Amino acid sequence: MLSRIAESMFWIGRYVERAEDTARILDVQTQLMLEDPTVDEAAACRTLLSIMGVPYDDDTDMTRQTILELLAYDANAPGSIAAALGAARESARRARETLSEPLWEAVNTTWRALPSGRFRTLRPPAVFGWVRDRAALVNGTAEATMTRDEGYQFLVLGRSIERADMTARLVATAALTSSSAASAWTSTLRACGAYEAFLRTYRGLETDRGAAEFLLLDRLFPRSIVHSISRAEQCLDNLESGGARAGFGNDAQRLLGRTRADLEYRSLSDVVANLPAEMERLQYTCAAATDAVTRRYFAGSEATEWHGGAL
Amino acid sequence: MTAMFEGYTGAAGPAFDEMFADEGLRTPYAQLSASLVDMTEPELRSRVDALATAYLDQGVTFDIGGEERAFPLDILPRVIEMESWSRIEKGVQQRVKVLEMFLEDVYDAGRVFEDGVIPRSVVTTSSHYHRAAAGLTPPNGVRIQVSGIDLVRDNAGEFRVLEDNVRVPSGVSYVMTNRRAISSALPETFAQHRIRPVASYPQRLLSALRAAAPAGVTDPTVVVLTPGVYNGAYFEHALLARTMGVELVEGRDLVCRRGRVMMRTTKGLEQVHVIYRRVDDEFLDPVQFRADSLLGCPGLINAARAGNVTLANAVGNGVADDKLVYTYMPDLIRYYIGEEPVLRNVDTWRCGEPDHREEVMDRLDELVLKPVDGSGGKGIVIGPRASAAELDELRGKVLEDPRAWIAQPVVQLSTVPTYVGGKMAPRHVDLRPFAVNDGQRVWVLPGGLTRVALAEGELIVNSSRGGGSKDTWVLAGPGGGRGQRQSQRQVEITGGTTPSAGPVAEPVAVLVEQEQQQQQQADAAAPSPSSTTEGVAPC
Repeated sequence: MLSRIAESMFWIGRYVERAEDTARILDVQTQLMLEDPTVDEAAACRTLLSIMGVPYDDDTDMTRQTILELLAYDANAPGSIAAALGAARESARRARETLSEPLWEAVNTTWRALPSGRFRTLRPPAVFGWVRDRAALVNGTAEATMTRDEGYQFLVLGRSIERADMTARLVATAALTSSSAASAWTSTLRACGAYEAFLRTYRGLETDRGAAEFLLLDRLFPRSIVHSISRAEQCLDNLESGGARAGFGNDAQRLLGRTRADLEYRSLSDVVANLPAEMERLQYTCAAATDAVTRRYFAGSEATEWHGGAL
Repeated sequence: MTAMFEGYTGAAGPAFDEMFADEGLRTPYAQLSASLVDMTEPELRSRVDALATAYLDQGVTFDIGGEERAFPLDILPRVIEMESWSRIEKGVQQRVKVLEMFLEDVYDAGRVFEDGVIPRSVVTTSSHYHRAAAGLTPPNGVRIQVSGIDLVRDNAGEFRVLEDNVRVPSGVSYVMTNRRAISSALPETFAQHRIRPVASYPQRLLSALRAAAPAGVTDPTVVVLTPGVYNGAYFEHALLARTMGVELVEGRDLVCRRGRVMMRTTKGLEQVHVIYRRVDDEFLDPVQFRADSLLGCPGLINAARAGNVTLANAVGNGVADDKLVYTYMPDLIRYYIGEEPVLRNVDTWRCGEPDHREEVMDRLDELVLKPVDGSGGKGIVIGPRASAAELDELRGKVLEDPRAWIAQPVVQLSTVPTYVGGKMAPRHVDLRPFAVNDGQRVWVLPGGLTRVALAEGELIVNSSRGGGSKDTWVLAGPGGGRGQRQSQRQVEITGGTTPSAGPVAEPVAVLVEQEQQQQQQADAAAPSPSSTTEGVAPC
């Protein structure tokens, strides 16, 4: 497959996931701010922005509305849902001939809500629900209509890396606010659609530690960090046709595998002791893995694998 | 629906209305009218709305200056009966055959010049004549894999050729998407007609491209080369690549190594054998043409010359669809195959010839004057609409450089009822049938793109002026079975494949301001429906 197209597929996966997860994070945070009168709104907003990696002006008056603009509605703010949906559509347009028609239409009709203004008229939490629905439509359509070729692997690889990264941010926001709001972990679990699964798994024993463990390490829950990283590893494995006998020739595979093993084999107390820092480290890993994928597959001419034929 | 046509009288003036004659409905439209008779206005309106939304959702768009717009599609189809179509088909096949022979001749022996049919200078002074293309012999003799011959219907109802497009004609994607959209918007009506299908186009194109593969390549890798997402016809490029199941590449995806063209894939470089290029000659290879082009790939022409890759359509085809060459087409048809043209040209005077010029000068106020090198409709002067001062200025320009001008009478394009503002109104149309040449046969897609000038009285059919399109139904007619239809109407092509050693090409260095580059490339490389102003005779 063309390197350029592979790159587009990877980024469609990432941007759609980013839009969805940003909606999930905003859902939790705006709900918490609303419910808990003791929360310092401006401080909470600043924390959220820094966790999302969005630069902000210290003088700006921080309210829930500012956050919603920067992270949801403003298509010109790079971290916003609107920007992510726009970027996903642009990538899809560039890879249009490789997308299945229903998949292209799912992405295109989602994006069409932005310039039409319909997106802005949706108020929270309706907009968060809408974004989740649209992401589910895109992902479901991809699952149902794409052959499991390279394009699909890149799409899922992008989605999985982004999901690991964003779940790490979700966990970090929960860890930060949990001192002041007892319901932070519950809300986070809910935002992930994981609350019932968590209750069943832990037989109703709700603890912060249990919730953190679930979101970080559960092998069966699809939004947990370990599950997401495993999925990304699987995609990379499928993309490597060679089948190495020893070790991994692929930098991205090495990075992700090491991080997953690190999470799984260290004691939980050790991991949760400094959750925000751990989660930041995880985000660095995701960025490094993305770089490695870019170098290996998207640079095209730099790839070292040859399949016959002289230059 | 009948209420829709109340008071409908066709266009004011002598234009031929394709649905209504003075005495009532014309035959091809009888079934269409009958099946729509019970449709109420709200019903029709809701279907029109659904059509518009469908194209936005599907992203059936074209770009004007970087802005994506849905391609307007009118709900009422244009119907062409079997007899008219078979004439169009024969005419297009005849023309393509002759254009192929002409190109072969121009880039090889030049017999046509020796025999005095057309002056050599007509070709050598053409900006589309590329010495780089001389001696670049196509593997199966085909230079025009895809052509779009623009036709208009004059006030006597006769189809006439307005222009030949044998470089990178666009619009075929809308033929296919229009069909799908209209068949779902008017399923009952559609079912009552026997309409020849258009869906096989991509397979026809693919087999023509595969047939053009370099010698010895049995399973060629075919790609579509696009200037990129900002090109007006990007939608079409993507659709063709998708429906043929091949890669859509941009210049930066390609690299030439040792005379071969490779594309960058996730598994390294992979050789490409046939490129259906939708990039204009000038931007194709910076080594040969514009040195500053980013849309092509350096070394492409040498790879083609080495016989390792086939470019379709061939480089240098522009000399055959030049406006001046067009005027010689009837002579060329007689010269090469000894037949009379099946489809007539629009009458044209060449100002370069003294007796022609004299007549043009006398009738300047009733003719349309077109500069030979003009593109995008620039410089066209419509006599009846020009002021005395403008005509004087024009007279000066023509006398100064008579060779640069041709003149045509004002052609009243035919009209077809079109849904505008809640009712049916006459709007002018043209027709671009598409033909695919695989070296054995010239196959004409039964349908073609009907473009509609949506403004009242507007004779320039152009998307940037609010132009739209119609689904074009070619009726199979009674007794025309699906199976035999296509094979019956094909014509043998005897393309010459004499190999010849060509002169070494001269690199052409063209310096262009860097900041203008993107826009100029976009303009030049966008033969979309939006840039076809000169494709239709104004007035």
